[in-house]
Amino acid sequence: MSPRPPVISARNLTKYYGTEPAVNSISFDVEPGTIFGFLGPNGAGKTTTMRMIQCVSPRSGGSLSVYGMDPEVRPRAIKQWLGVVPQETNLDPEFTCRENLLVYSRYFGIAKREAERRIEELLAFVQLTEKRDVRIEQLSGGMKRRLLLARALVNNPQLLILDEPTIGLDPQARHLIWEKLRELQSEGNTIVLTTHYLEEAERLCDNLLIMDGGSILVEGAPDALVKEHAGTEIVEAEPTPEVIACLDAMGADYEVIGDMVEVMTEQSREVARRLFEECNPGRVSTRRATLEDVFLRLTGRKLRD
Amino acid sequence: MRPGSFLTPDISRAVWTVWRRNRDVFFKTYRVNFLPPLLEPVLYLVALGIGLGSFVGEIDGIMYIRYIAPALLAISTMNTAFFECTYGSFVRMYYMKTFDAMVATPLTIDEVIAGELLWGATRSFIYVSIMLLILLVFGVVDIPASLLVIPFSFAGGLLFASIGMCFTALTPGIDELNYPSFLFITPMFLFSGTFFPLSVLPDTVRYLALALLPLTHVVTVTRSLTLTHFSPFIFVSLGWIVLATAVFFLLAIHLMKKRLVT
Repeated sequence: MSPRPPVISARNLTKYYGTEPAVNSISFDVEPGTIFGFLGPNGAGKTTTMRMIQCVSPRSGGSLSVYGMDPEVRPRAIKQWLGVVPQETNLDPEFTCRENLLVYSRYFGIAKREAERRIEELLAFVQLTEKRDVRIEQLSGGMKRRLLLARALVNNPQLLILDEPTIGLDPQARHLIWEKLRELQSEGNTIVLTTHYLEEAERLCDNLLIMDGGSILVEGAPDALVKEHAGTEIVEAEPTPEVIACLDAMGADYEVIGDMVEVMTEQSREVARRLFEECNPGRVSTRRATLEDVFLRLTGRKLRD
Repeated sequence: MRPGSFLTPDISRAVWTVWRRNRDVFFKTYRVNFLPPLLEPVLYLVALGIGLGSFVGEIDGIMYIRYIAPALLAISTMNTAFFECTYGSFVRMYYMKTFDAMVATPLTIDEVIAGELLWGATRSFIYVSIMLLILLVFGVVDIPASLLVIPFSFAGGLLFASIGMCFTALTPGIDELNYPSFLFITPMFLFSGTFFPLSVLPDTVRYLALALLPLTHVVTVTRSLTLTHFSPFIFVSLGWIVLATAVFFLLAIHLMKKRLVT
C-alpha cells in the first residue's frame, strides 16, 4: 500500500505585502492524521500561512496544495473540507449557541434536519448543551472558544485549522480544548494550529515548525527539537562573576538571562556538583529542557511588536 | 478568492444564506427595527405635510401633503439601504469579523458582498412597505398604483445599497463614513425634488441634480406611482436607475474584493 499523500504541501511558498515578504519561501508537508503546529513570535508569518491554506489570501509565489488542490483554483472544494477556528471570536452576538451553529451550517449548504442533528452532537461534544439557547453575550471566554470549535466542525471537516485556539483561556478551559483536539485526532482528523503557548505545542503537536521573520527556523517533533537545540536539562544559577568564570573554564554551553544563568547540558547533576564544589554559586536548580528554551534560543529575547 | 472578472462575479445560490443571516438578526431585534418606519412618516406628515403644508397649499395643483408623501418613501428607500450597507456592513466587516467567518466556508467574498447588498435592498423593501401602510391610512397616496412602490423599493434599495457599499470599501474607518452621509446623502435629501420641485432651481443645478443625484430619479418614479400620474420622463428615470444599479453593484463587489482579498 502506498503511503497517503500529505494533506497540505507547500514548496517555496511566498507571500509579499507590498515589498515586504510576510512569508518567505517556506516548504513543508502536513501528513494526514497528525497535529501540526506553527510556532513563532508575532509577525513570524504564521497567520499569513494559515490564510493562504484557508483560500482567503492569494500567494505571491511558490506552490501550495491542500488535498491535492490549488487554493486559488478550487477554493470552494477545499473549503468544504476545512474547519477553521479563527484567532478572533467572530460569533454572531445576536444569536444563541444553537442559532450560531445553524446559521453557519447553512453556509455549507447543509440541510436543516441534518444540521440540527449535528448541532446537538457538537454542543454535547464541547459541553455546551445546557447553554444551547443562551445568547453569545452571556458566555464566558472559554465557552466562546468551545463554541467556535463546534462551529468549525459543523461540516464534518477532514482538516481543522486553528489560529491560537486557547488564547486567553484559563487552565481548565485550555485542557478541555486540548482533550477535544486529541479526540478529533484519534477520529482521523488532521489538525493544523498556530500557537504562542509552547507548552501547548509540546503537548499536542506531532510535528511543528518554528518560524521567524517569514522563514522556517527548524522543523521536527517537539522532543527531538528540544534535544537537538536545548539539550535535555537546564541548570540555573545566579550569574556571579565567579560562576561565569567557572562555566567558561568548564566549557559549558550557557546563556545569561537577567538575574539567571542557564546552562544547557546532558549531565545536569555533574554540572550542579561542580558548580557547588568549585564556584560558590549560592542558589542552583536543575530542570528539564523545554520547547520554550528552544524557542527563545532560536528567536532571541528581543520583544516583538 | 479567484479574482474573476469585474463583469462576472463568482455568485451562486449560496448568496441567500448570507441574506438569511442578516434577515434572522433583523427579526431577532425587531423592536428597534420596526419603530422608525412606523414613526418617521407620521412625524414628517404632521410637521411638513400638515404644518408647513397649511402655508404652502398646493404644488403643481397637488396638495402639499400628497406632494411630499412619495418623497418620504423615496428617502426611506435611500436611507435604509445606504445606512445598512455603510455603517451596518462596516461593523460586520471590521468589528464583528462576520465576513471572515463567512469566507472560511465555501462562500466566496463576492457572495458575501452580494448577500449584503440584497439584504440592504430587502430592508428598504420592508421599511417602505410599512411606511406605505401608514401613508394609506393618512389617505395621501393612490390605490392601486402606489402598491407598485413596494417592488420598486427593492430596486431603489439595491441602488443605494451598492453606492453605500462602495463607500464602505473605500473608507479608512467608521468615522469617515460621516463624509458621504453629510456630503452626499443630506444634499440629496434636500435637492432631489423631495420637498419642492426642481423646476424652481436654475437649469444648470437642475440638470446636475438629474445627472448626479440618484434620489431625483427614485423620487420621480415613486411620485408617478403614488399620484398615478405618468409622464414619459419616468422611462429616463427607470433607465438611469437600472444602469446605475448594475454599475454600482459590480463596482461595490470589485472594491470590496480589493479591500478584503490581501
